[in-house]
Amino acid sequence: MMDPFDRRLLEAIQQGLPITPRPYAAIAERLGIQEAELIERLAVLRRQGLIKRLGVIVRHRPLGYTANAMIVLDVPDRLVAQIGGHVSRFGFVTLCYRRPRHGEQWPYNLYCMIHGKSRGRVLQQFQQLSDSCGLRQFPGEVLFSRRCFKQRGALYRSCHGGDRALPI
Amino acid sequence: MDDMDRRIINRLQQGFPVCDSPYEQAARELGLSGEELIERIGGLLTAGVLSRFGPLYHAERMGGALMLVALQVPEQRFSEVAGIVNAFPEVAHNYRRNHRFNMWFVLATEQCSRIPEVIDSIEKDTGLKVYRMPKIEEYYVGLKLEA
Repeated sequence: MMDPFDRRLLEAIQQGLPITPRPYAAIAERLGIQEAELIERLAVLRRQGLIKRLGVIVRHRPLGYTANAMIVLDVPDRLVAQIGGHVSRFGFVTLCYRRPRHGEQWPYNLYCMIHGKSRGRVLQQFQQLSDSCGLRQFPGEVLFSRRCFKQRGALYRSCHGGDRALPI
Repeated sequence: MDDMDRRIINRLQQGFPVCDSPYEQAARELGLSGEELIERIGGLLTAGVLSRFGPLYHAERMGGALMLVALQVPEQRFSEVAGIVNAFPEVAHNYRRNHRFNMWFVLATEQCSRIPEVIDSIEKDTGLKVYRMPKIEEYYVGLKLEA
């Protein structure tokens, strides 16, 4: 279970850091602690990995990233970690996971995402990936997103009543 | 958006300093003053290029849960089902994809035990099976987009 103070701290910054010269002093004041204490605590939470990243979270579309491909492959279980590792070395691959199959309807167990500025470019990158990692021997499909319905991190009520933004 | 905005986005996707004058410190690297950086971040937020400026949390380590799920929605019911699904506050990142499994979204809940409850509700409200696609192993997560 998370420390109640850490929880308050994470709730205080979840919507964003103040855009003022001393943002951590502003948050510390709200929490009734010293700026130095807050800075130390944030550093610990980052080291522990509760805060995966601190910085800017971009929206894909305004930056021109309109082609979002989910590549799914049916890779033998004994090879999936190795192939996942190879695929992950390519800079244009943004995410790579192993997930369960669902019978014949969905035989795929390796997922890899490419976010790009055009479908053509993304398909080229996929080709490069296929050639370099020997993906052609595995059944696979490329699923492009056709429309975005709800692009935001889930906000949900915490036990303390605030809304918390979650990264996906 | 100009070149400096792009450099700011690329640099600050890598991280933001935790010290008493973080804007000042980050700005120095970019050849700006702290005030200029503050102004530009404010502008990028207002313009909607940035969705947030702050932390990304590790949901599981915070005690929460995330799960990718997929649905096969009959074409003529697509918008109706999207409406039902998106009304759940636990639903994030709902994408339509070109496949028989045509609706993909993420469930994010405060407690692990909520995931099956939400799935049950979605199945009941839509009459469709929700296919669970939880991650078994993570090989890479580096979603950073070059501006």
